[in-house]
Amino acid sequence: MSVAADPRLKGRRILLAKPGLDGHDVGAKVVALALRDAGADVIYTGLRKSPAYIAQVAVDEDVDALGLSILSGSHLELVAETVRELKSRGAGHMALFVGGTIPAADRDALSALGARGVFTSDMPLSAVVEALARALG
Amino acid sequence: MRTQLLTTLSVLALSLGGIAACTDVVDDADEAELEEGSDDAKTDRADLALTTIDADPPEDAEIGKVGVSLSNLSEMEILFDGIDLARISTSFTINGTAAIILAMYMACADKRGIARAKLTGTIQNDILKEYVARGTWIWPVRPSMRLIADSVLFANEAAPRFNPISIAGAHVRDAGCTAAEEMAYTLANGLAYVDELLRRGGDAARFARRLSFFFYVHMDLFEEVAKFRAGRRLWARIMKERYGIEDPQAQMFRFGVVCGGSSLVAPQPYNNVVRVAVETLAAVMGGAQSIFTCAYDEPSQLPTKSSAQLALRTQQIVAEESGVARTVDPLGGSYYVEWLTDRMEEEIRAVMKDIEAYGGAVKAIEDGWLQMKVARRAHLRKQHIDSGELPVVGLNCFRREDEVPAPGEVFRLDPQASARVVEKYAAVRERRDNAGVERGLARLEQAAAKDDENLMPYLVDCCHAYATVGEMVGRLTRVWGEFKEPVRL
Repeated sequence: MSVAADPRLKGRRILLAKPGLDGHDVGAKVVALALRDAGADVIYTGLRKSPAYIAQVAVDEDVDALGLSILSGSHLELVAETVRELKSRGAGHMALFVGGTIPAADRDALSALGARGVFTSDMPLSAVVEALARALG
Repeated sequence: MRTQLLTTLSVLALSLGGIAACTDVVDDADEAELEEGSDDAKTDRADLALTTIDADPPEDAEIGKVGVSLSNLSEMEILFDGIDLARISTSFTINGTAAIILAMYMACADKRGIARAKLTGTIQNDILKEYVARGTWIWPVRPSMRLIADSVLFANEAAPRFNPISIAGAHVRDAGCTAAEEMAYTLANGLAYVDELLRRGGDAARFARRLSFFFYVHMDLFEEVAKFRAGRRLWARIMKERYGIEDPQAQMFRFGVVCGGSSLVAPQPYNNVVRVAVETLAAVMGGAQSIFTCAYDEPSQLPTKSSAQLALRTQQIVAEESGVARTVDPLGGSYYVEWLTDRMEEEIRAVMKDIEAYGGAVKAIEDGWLQMKVARRAHLRKQHIDSGELPVVGLNCFRREDEVPAPGEVFRLDPQASARVVEKYAAVRERRDNAGVERGLARLEQAAAKDDENLMPYLVDCCHAYATVGEMVGRLTRVWGEFKEPVRL
């Protein structure tokens, strides 16, 4: 049972990125496939990209949302840096989402940094898609 | 069997080491672990070392997050300070830079006057599955295969008791593959290594005795037992029939496992203790040589000291109290397990045939074909969990709204740790003979340009001179370039 097409996501451009050195990419790829099923245009950066590179791609590709996948425990530092890089390119408004191995205790800190949603592997794909659709719809 | 269980280290030391980030904390952890009934030291490399970027800004946010920082020989000297390398067995979970870390371990032994031949342990050194699932690749597939052949052949001579490769299915399994696919991809990769070693002039009867394997254990107990039994049978048969190896020692399928991984979930975290116990039983009954148990809080965070200790105790309870380790293959002869083993073998063969039809594991990986299959399988597995078709207690069934979502204790890395690592790194670069380092690196680069030269002696020399991992990788990258990740979804 794949996620259903969502009119709010049709044709919306979403960049999924792996910042830092973490090589676990299953989560990013699964979310990419789910968002694609829902109707979005998904771009995936591949592994080990710097926050500066990711921010530049987000701007160049003119995406509607950016999702960062981090399972290394470095989420606070990497999200903060990505936000700085986005702001320095005048893209501080971009809808930002974070997924990965994130302790519940860090959710508020990520929200304060600007994350519009924090996703962990126990959440159903439909919830991830719904959060994106709501933010972009 | 009991000893085998006990020789395994759980995440404990490693996570303590890794999380603590600083080698001066790490060796305390290793010592603690050695005292707790293990004669094995296992080191999970930090992503820094995994991907070979030195402990240098701007990557300092990552130092120590996943494992021990080992950017040059001086850090390894601290890590093993006071530990007799001739007496312990060390397990290195390292792939992209495995040849360099193995060279560093030999250099460490040399400096202490310990004969390399006395070294025992295992280094993962399986790059193929890194392209498919874990991602710590650096160079294109073919030069990476060459480096693995170099390190295996060199270790066979210099340190014949050391397992220079552990061909791993764990990562693709954790990425979402089925039990049969996990085994099939692993055996297919194993064949690719054997072919490469033969191409480089290796003697199969010799190197095959030192090939080892590594898997995940998930929750379907009998399926897991069948997977290991089928894999063992198949590998022995392939060694015999395809390569004409008659020596039973060289047909052996020695493997370690991790219990846990993606079979553990964040909600109702203490349920994971039970899962790990069931998986440990499956591993023992499937004939694992070494077992590594995940901590119950790993789905949501890096483990704490107490959760890691409980993981270690879980396998000690299975080893010491349950009695399941009294005999090998205790389920052999069971009508159900024998039937399941036959069926598993058929499934594994079918997947291996698909890979062979595509052109073999190396080509399937270079094209991103295998990666795409794994991603799609992961997507399917996630859908089965979301729909409840695959029951996961506490996640998609028997869930309560009023429960506390996660254990209270969260591990926090000492914020000063990365600064200390960077400081030590800078000090070594000051202290060492930089002209000597440069000479070693230049020789390494020249040798890398010749396909038939074994690079290990050059790497050992560079390590002796305190060249950093990043410097060695940099020279090899000049010759080989970097792997271009094919993203197919």
